[in-house]
Amino acid sequence: MSAELQQLYQQIILEHAKKRNGSPLADPPQGDKSGESHMLNPTCGDEITLRAAVHDDGAGITLSAISWDGQGCSISMASASVLSDLVQGMDREELLKVVDTFRELMRSRGSIEADEEILGDAAALSGVSRYPARVKCAMLAWVALEEALLAAN
Amino acid sequence: MSVVSTPATLKHAAGMIDDAEARRIRNDFPILNQQVNGSPLVYLDSGATSQNPLCVLEAEQEFYEQRNAAVHRGAHMLAVSATDAFENARETVAGFINAGMDEVVWTSNATEAINLVAYAFSNASAGRGGDAASRFVLGPGDELVVTEMEHHANLIPWQELAFRTGATLRYIPVDDAGALRLDEAEQIIGPRTKVVAFTHASNVLGTINPVGTLVRLAREAGAAVVLDACQSVPHMAVDVKALDVDFAAFSGHKMLGPTGIGVLYGKAELLNAMPPFLTGGSMITTVTMEKADYLPSPQRFEAGTQRISQAVALAAAVDYLRETGMDRIHAWEAELGQRLVAGLEAIDGVRVLGPAAGAERIGLAAFDVDGVHAHDVGQFLDDKGIAVRVGHHCAQPLHRRLGLVATTRASTYLYNTTDDVDAFLDAVAGVRPFFGAN
Ligand SMILES: Cc1ncc(COP(=O)(O)O)c(C=O)c1O
Repeated sequence: MSAELQQLYQQIILEHAKKRNGSPLADPPQGDKSGESHMLNPTCGDEITLRAAVHDDGAGITLSAISWDGQGCSISMASASVLSDLVQGMDREELLKVVDTFRELMRSRGSIEADEEILGDAAALSGVSRYPARVKCAMLAWVALEEALLAAN
Repeated sequence: MSVVSTPATLKHAAGMIDDAEARRIRNDFPILNQQVNGSPLVYLDSGATSQNPLCVLEAEQEFYEQRNAAVHRGAHMLAVSATDAFENARETVAGFINAGMDEVVWTSNATEAINLVAYAFSNASAGRGGDAASRFVLGPGDELVVTEMEHHANLIPWQELAFRTGATLRYIPVDDAGALRLDEAEQIIGPRTKVVAFTHASNVLGTINPVGTLVRLAREAGAAVVLDACQSVPHMAVDVKALDVDFAAFSGHKMLGPTGIGVLYGKAELLNAMPPFLTGGSMITTVTMEKADYLPSPQRFEAGTQRISQAVALAAAVDYLRETGMDRIHAWEAELGQRLVAGLEAIDGVRVLGPAAGAERIGLAAFDVDGVHAHDVGQFLDDKGIAVRVGHHCAQPLHRRLGLVATTRASTYLYNTTDDVDAFLDAVAGVRPFFGAN
């Protein structure tokens, strides 16, 4: 087995793919605005429905809840799981920053080191960037989150 | 003409294909002689696209080096030479399926060939083609019949045709083993049926459909038969006259030829009564500012500058297949197909789609691995240099019917060996342990 494949399917990724933190879909907290996004990867049938709720306390907006339903490969499912763990409670700026950081990592073709400080368990998905065909799988939940946030506002 | 290398098979074309012969054949395919991720390439994705033997690559190069010109136009020597090569290629392909020269229409691929037929019906329904085309006119109350196992290429053109004309699309279901429900077919195909379109061999299940039975039902109903021959013509001897289908479609790239060329076979009488699909140069007799008259088939359907080098290369591919022998190829792939299925069935947590081991199938097998998504299976195999297809294989309704979203498919061709199949089976056995799906 190649080092690249080991790197792609790290134990932590396979565990997240099974645990699926943030799944299934849950009702948003009372009083918070929420938005939903349905994303499909038509080449392989990966599918996710993601719901994001935002809380506005007057001073700023934070992500109060994230949940999802989906089916797909281990990369797409693990990615949704690590995303759910990571972004819960973040304010808008932090959120945009992690999504951008993750996207940049995925597009890097293996040329940049993942910043674990910012990305948490999502850093373990860095191996995906060497497999351009799988980047879409890893991005699915993240793009869904962006869309769900737009829908919530 | 320059020298084109003699295929290895020419020198050995006797008896059954065995591993030794498959290895000799493999040597004719430059691309197969490479390492992927540190292992020798095991190419098991010929159902999606096949590879080209050197003689096909050389035929295309020879055309560009010595004959390239627009065909059916111009009086110069190269134009004559190119036209000869182009029409000789048609003759070769026509002979291969036992069709007439005027019954082989070049298209970009099978998908375009099927669309050509669907749009002929559509255009006739819009009033084009006059009385001659009246048998292609569709409207509310008419029915188009497909099957539940169709590739999207033989489904969506008919869906769209139904939307445009008001006709109804119906389908013959498959049973749990992936066979067509012929009892249902007898109920579904009737006086309202105008088209029966189905695949000869399934690109997912590997089943070979009973063409004779379906043609009989269609004939009794007075319906036209459209055969998707994408997975049959490359792999077995197909005689369109013996099958008595009205139309058949297949793609060059699945039969050792280049991409960009496909074939529509149609009975001459039907083709000549059909309004054209694509229109423009090279397909007309007289043109005024108001209207045009059209050439007979095949030029009638070949608007614009054609895929000349691709046709020439496809003919070289057909020669290669013929010299190797379609019956020998079919027998060898049937053996590989059985080895695939028997091996897969023996692996814990693997479910093979379609007929069980021992039952007839072409040389491919699609399967589900319990607890592991097909995309991950494909990635794991690729790491060992094994190329397979993952996803729905352009057959979403069939996957839905079988309760699946995506599967993995291994598909063989004449250049595969039992070693290829065994390397694949060995790798598949490692999938569930690797992903912790036990
Ligand atoms: C059964 C079947 N029909 C149609 C097609 C479409 O062929 P193409 O994409 O070359 O038009 C394919 C190939 O994918 C096929 O396997």
